[in-house]
Amino acid sequence: MTIELSQLTKKFAALTAVDAIDLDVGEGEVLCLLGPSGCGKTTTLRMIAGLEWATSGDITLGGRRVNDLSARERNVAMSFQFYALYPSLTVAENLAYPLHAEGLSSSQIKAKVAETSRVLQLDPILERRPGQLAEGEKQRVAVGRSIIRDPNCFLFDEPLSRLDVQLREEMRGEIKEVLQGLHRPTVIVTHDQLEALTMADRISVMRDGRIEQVASPHEIFQQPANLFVAGFIGTPAMNLIPATLTGMDGETNATFALEGGQTIAITVDPAVARLKHGATVTLGIRPRNLDIVHEDVSDGLSSVIDIIEPMGAETLAHLNDGRHDLRVVTDWRTPLEEGDRVHVRFQPGAVHVFGSDQQAVRSA
Amino acid sequence: MAARQHEIGKAGWGYTAVTAVISLIYFFPVLWIILTAFKTRTDALAIPPKLFFTPTLENFKGVFFRQSIAGGGSQETEFLLYFFNSIFIAGTSVLLALIVGTLAAYAFSRHPLKGNDTYLFIILTTRMMPPIVVIIPIFLMFRLTGLAGSYWGIILLYTAFNIPFSVWLVKSFFDELNPEIEDAARMDGAAEGRVFFGMCLPQVLAGLAATFVFGLILTWNEFLFALLLTGVDTRTVPVAMARTLGGEVGVDYGLLAAIVTLFLIPIFFVTFLLQNQLLRGVTFGTVKK
Repeated sequence: MTIELSQLTKKFAALTAVDAIDLDVGEGEVLCLLGPSGCGKTTTLRMIAGLEWATSGDITLGGRRVNDLSARERNVAMSFQFYALYPSLTVAENLAYPLHAEGLSSSQIKAKVAETSRVLQLDPILERRPGQLAEGEKQRVAVGRSIIRDPNCFLFDEPLSRLDVQLREEMRGEIKEVLQGLHRPTVIVTHDQLEALTMADRISVMRDGRIEQVASPHEIFQQPANLFVAGFIGTPAMNLIPATLTGMDGETNATFALEGGQTIAITVDPAVARLKHGATVTLGIRPRNLDIVHEDVSDGLSSVIDIIEPMGAETLAHLNDGRHDLRVVTDWRTPLEEGDRVHVRFQPGAVHVFGSDQQAVRSA
Repeated sequence: MAARQHEIGKAGWGYTAVTAVISLIYFFPVLWIILTAFKTRTDALAIPPKLFFTPTLENFKGVFFRQSIAGGGSQETEFLLYFFNSIFIAGTSVLLALIVGTLAAYAFSRHPLKGNDTYLFIILTTRMMPPIVVIIPIFLMFRLTGLAGSYWGIILLYTAFNIPFSVWLVKSFFDELNPEIEDAARMDGAAEGRVFFGMCLPQVLAGLAATFVFGLILTWNEFLFALLLTGVDTRTVPVAMARTLGGEVGVDYGLLAAIVTLFLIPIFFVTFLLQNQLLRGVTFGTVKK
């Protein structure tokens, strides 16, 4: 069983919510649609579910085109952002609801409800109504209701967004565990990158109805395809510094001129050598790939500490010399004072170069 | 903590007392009418008004039996028929309006058309003018179609009067619901009928009850169209009441009060029956979950 989307498009009057996207989700794979609000991720999910009609393109589930099937004919299980538990039914009845449509006998239904209830530890609350449940319990019931039957695929819309931080961490692990036992394609929509990075086999980053990059969490983080993905993934966000390429020394040593006159010589991807001298680029480096050093270095730059934010084991320092705004994460023991002039060194190999078309300059 | 609770308790008594006083002020005219229904003619007209008197059931007897002018025998009045007419006409038309209104409200809420708000506004405009403005055209139409004096004529008219009100109110209840629940039911294999009847309707029952009672009270009291468009057999209680006002012996206040008292019973009954739903219905949406 797989999900295939091909040239899938959704238009609402003048607005193109989803713009000709192609996407495959394999058997047992967990794919996260990640993006800022309004990027079309939920619309994509609802089109797979059959709750929105596609304007054009194809949705294929297990090799069968399902564009013209209604939600209930597609046999897809979905868990909703606000849980969508049936308010007048008890937890047990909520769990049993999807089974009625499958025409199971009441003893079969009972057995399945008991099984699901055991997996998700719902036994103590089976006779309660949704109004009497805590948020975490509601979430578990919602998950239970979607995994109780054997659908073609599973869809989750912002599964953890309503939970507080501690519960979220707990449920993230629980959901991941449940998903691993399902052997069906699963699509999770989220705007929370941590959720995507921890739960997904692959992440599809979306913006303005288009897919910016599809890759494993590791790859998305290590090799962002363009400026948007680079800036969107990772907290604190990647530093993006406008620069001009001034020279290459060998295959991978490049020199850049920054605004305000500082220059920097760093190791870069060999593909950078193909750029013209004088090309305008953006250098990207994550706050954890900057080291604070004692003297001025050629593969770094100098700036003034503006704000210090202690984050526990680490400290986040905002550096600002009037031209560049840099975020640096250091060990909490590093002595820093606001107003100090410091030197930061770019760790070799950690710099991403983006061309004027905003795409990463990288050899495949 | 205990002190704080005590304070809230005090404030609670204050509120209860104020509410009781206000209720009493509003209820006083009704109370006076009910008292008058049990008074003799002399007591009813006594000045200063009598608060304590020997109650009599003469007025109620007068509602159902009329003293024959010629002889000593008495004959039944048509009150029971009028009472039945009022219940049948108001009940049927409010129920019809509620059914049509609920279906329309669901459509307006869940499947909006281009210009949805315009249509809703047009529906509302039918209630914006004073009904008396259209009384002549409606009277002519009813005469032309032969609907004047029939049950269905007045029921149709009242239904039409109640529909805008039903659509708007019930739509607001549907709008409050979380549409995800309906989507979830669809995903779980429910057909559209089951989504509507199994998921949406149970959630707005309180709202439907509230809408029903409000419509019922409005229709129950309607006088103008009932006066013009009902016949001898289809006359409602308000019209019959007005007819007791005439006559050479002046107004029989006791009789009138007895009719009003009887006329109040069904509304009391329905309101009492639906009171829990009603309370939820009128507070629906005002308290955020």
